[in-house]
Amino acid sequence: MLKDGQLQFLQEKARVVRRHVLRMIGLAGSGHPGGSLSCVEVLVTLYFTVMRIRPEDPGWPERDRLVLSKGHAAPALYAVLAERGYFPVEELWTLRKLGSRLQGHPDMRKTPGVEVCTGSLGQGLSQAVGMALAGRMDGADFHVYCLVGDGECEEGQIWEAVMAAAHYRLGNLTVILDHNGLQIDGPIRQVLCPEPFPEKWRAFGWECVEVDGHDFGQLYDSLLRPERPSSVPRVVVAHTVKGKGVSYMENRVEWHGKAPGPELLRIALEELER
Amino acid sequence: MKRHTRDAYAEALVELGRKRPEVVVLDADLSVSTRTARFAEAFPDRFFNCGIAEQNMLGIAAGLAASGKIPFVSTFAVFASMRACEQIRQSIAYPRLKVRVVASHGGITVGADGASHQCTEDAGVMRAIPNMTVVIPADATETAWAVHQIVDIPGPVYMRLGRPAAPVVYPDASRLRWGKVTLLREGSDVVLLGTGIMVSRCLEASAILEAEGVEAAVGAVSVLKPLDEESVVALARRCGAVVTAEEHSVIGGLGSAVCECLAERYPVPVRRVGIGDVFGQSGEPDQLLAHYGLTPEAIAEAALEVIRRKQS
Repeated sequence: MLKDGQLQFLQEKARVVRRHVLRMIGLAGSGHPGGSLSCVEVLVTLYFTVMRIRPEDPGWPERDRLVLSKGHAAPALYAVLAERGYFPVEELWTLRKLGSRLQGHPDMRKTPGVEVCTGSLGQGLSQAVGMALAGRMDGADFHVYCLVGDGECEEGQIWEAVMAAAHYRLGNLTVILDHNGLQIDGPIRQVLCPEPFPEKWRAFGWECVEVDGHDFGQLYDSLLRPERPSSVPRVVVAHTVKGKGVSYMENRVEWHGKAPGPELLRIALEELER
Repeated sequence: MKRHTRDAYAEALVELGRKRPEVVVLDADLSVSTRTARFAEAFPDRFFNCGIAEQNMLGIAAGLAASGKIPFVSTFAVFASMRACEQIRQSIAYPRLKVRVVASHGGITVGADGASHQCTEDAGVMRAIPNMTVVIPADATETAWAVHQIVDIPGPVYMRLGRPAAPVVYPDASRLRWGKVTLLREGSDVVLLGTGIMVSRCLEASAILEAEGVEAAVGAVSVLKPLDEESVVALARRCGAVVTAEEHSVIGGLGSAVCECLAERYPVPVRRVGIGDVFGQSGEPDQLLAHYGLTPEAIAEAALEVIRRKQS
C-alpha cells in the first residue's frame, strides 16, 4: 500500500513527466507521444517507489533493472530518469538531435540509466530474461522489470521469451504489459489481435494480474517484488489509455508517432498545468 | 590429417570454462552437432539450451553479457547469421556486447542436408554489421587457439566452423598472430589468400603451380574483419596478382573484403574463387566443393589467369 502523501507526490511527478514528454517531442519535431503517455504512471511507480536504484551510480551491480522493450516510449523513460536525477532535466530538450545522449530509441551506451538498446520491437524481453538468469547465477538480489507493448506481442520473439522465462523459473522477472489497445495502423484487435493476454501468459506458465495502468495504488501493489523468492515470472497487464493526459491524443491512433506543432503543444501543456 | 573444428571448439570451450567462471554457453537444440554438449556436461549450471528459438537465444545472450557474463552462443551458421541477424545487430552489436557467436555448419560442406542448411552468406552479412569481428579459422588447431583469443575482444564476435573434419594446416599454434594474415608459403608471382577450409586447398594449388614453374605465395586470412589490410597490400605489392578462395559466396566474404581494400589502396588483378551467386544443393562435401569450383585446380587456374592479366 502506498503511504500517505505518496499518491500526491506520484501524481505530481506524472504530470511533470507528461509535460516533459510533450515538450521533448515537440522540440524534436518527431517521436512517439501516444505510447509514451500511456506508460507514465508505470515508469513513475517503478522509479520513484518500487525499484532499488542509485541514480548517482547507474552501474551499481545490485540495482533493479528496467528494460524498455517498447523502445519508442523512450521520451517517457528519459523524462523519468531526468526527474530521478540520472542526468539534468535541461538535457531532455536535446532529444533526437545530432550528438545528443538521448537517441530516438534507447541506447545503453549513451544514456545513464538506460539498461539495453531497444527500438526494434520484440527484443527487450529476451534481454530481460538473460539479465534475470545472470542475477540468479550470481545469487544477486536484483529484480528485472520489462515494459512490453501490447502491439509488440505480435512479435514471435516475445512468446519465445515468455516460454523461456517460465521454463527457467525466473521469479525475479516482472513484465508490465502496456495494454493501450492501439498500434500504428489501428486498434490491435483489427491489425492482428494478440489477445487475450491473461489467458495466453498464464498458459505459458506465468502469474498474471490485471490493473488500471494509471492507478498508482494498483500499480504499486502489483509491482512490488515478491516477499519470498518465487520461481514463477509475473506479468502485470496494465490497462492504459494511449495518449493519456492530452484530450486530443487520448485513444487516437494518429498520435502514435507524430509530434504536436507549436499550437497543439501549447494546448497540451495548458491541459497539464492543473 | 583431418580434424573437426567443432571438436576443437568444444575442447577449448571446456578448458576456457575452467579458467573463466563468467563464460556461459547457449545453444538452440543443436548442442550435439555444435559439440557444446561437452560444455553442458562439464558445467551444467552455465549452459542454457534455449530450444528451437534462435532469436530469443541471441537476446538472452545480450542480457547475460549486459550483466557481466561472456556468452558463447552456438547453432548452425545459417540460423545464427540470418534467422537471428537483426537480434545480433540490435541487441548485441549496437551496444558492443561481448557475445561470441560460434556458428558451426558454415559453407556448402554441410553436404546432404542441402541449401536450407548450407550457409554461404554469413561472412557478408556479419561483416556489414558495425562493431562485429568476423573469424573463419583454417583448421582445428586455429579454432582452439581462437577460442582463447576471442574471449576478451571488447565487442561481439562471429566465428564460423564447418561440419566435416578439416585438413590440419597448423601442427601447433606457434605461428598464429591474432588478426594477422599467416604467410604459409613464400612466392612472388601471385598470392593465394584463403580462409577456412580453402587455406589447405590454396596450399595444394601452390604445389600444382610450382610444377608449372609458378611461385605462389599463400596467406591464410582468418580474421575477415577487421581485415589485416597492411599484409594484404604488402602481398599484392610483392606479387602483383591475387586470388582469394573461400567456401562462401563471392559476394560479401573474403573476396569482397580483399577487393575493397585493394581497389582503394593498391589495385592489382584479382580473381575470387568462391560460390557464385547461387544456392547450394544436396551432395557429399567433396562432390559439392568440386561442383562449385572450390578445388585446388580451380584456384591454380585462377592464379594463371591473374598472372596473365598482370603481364598484359
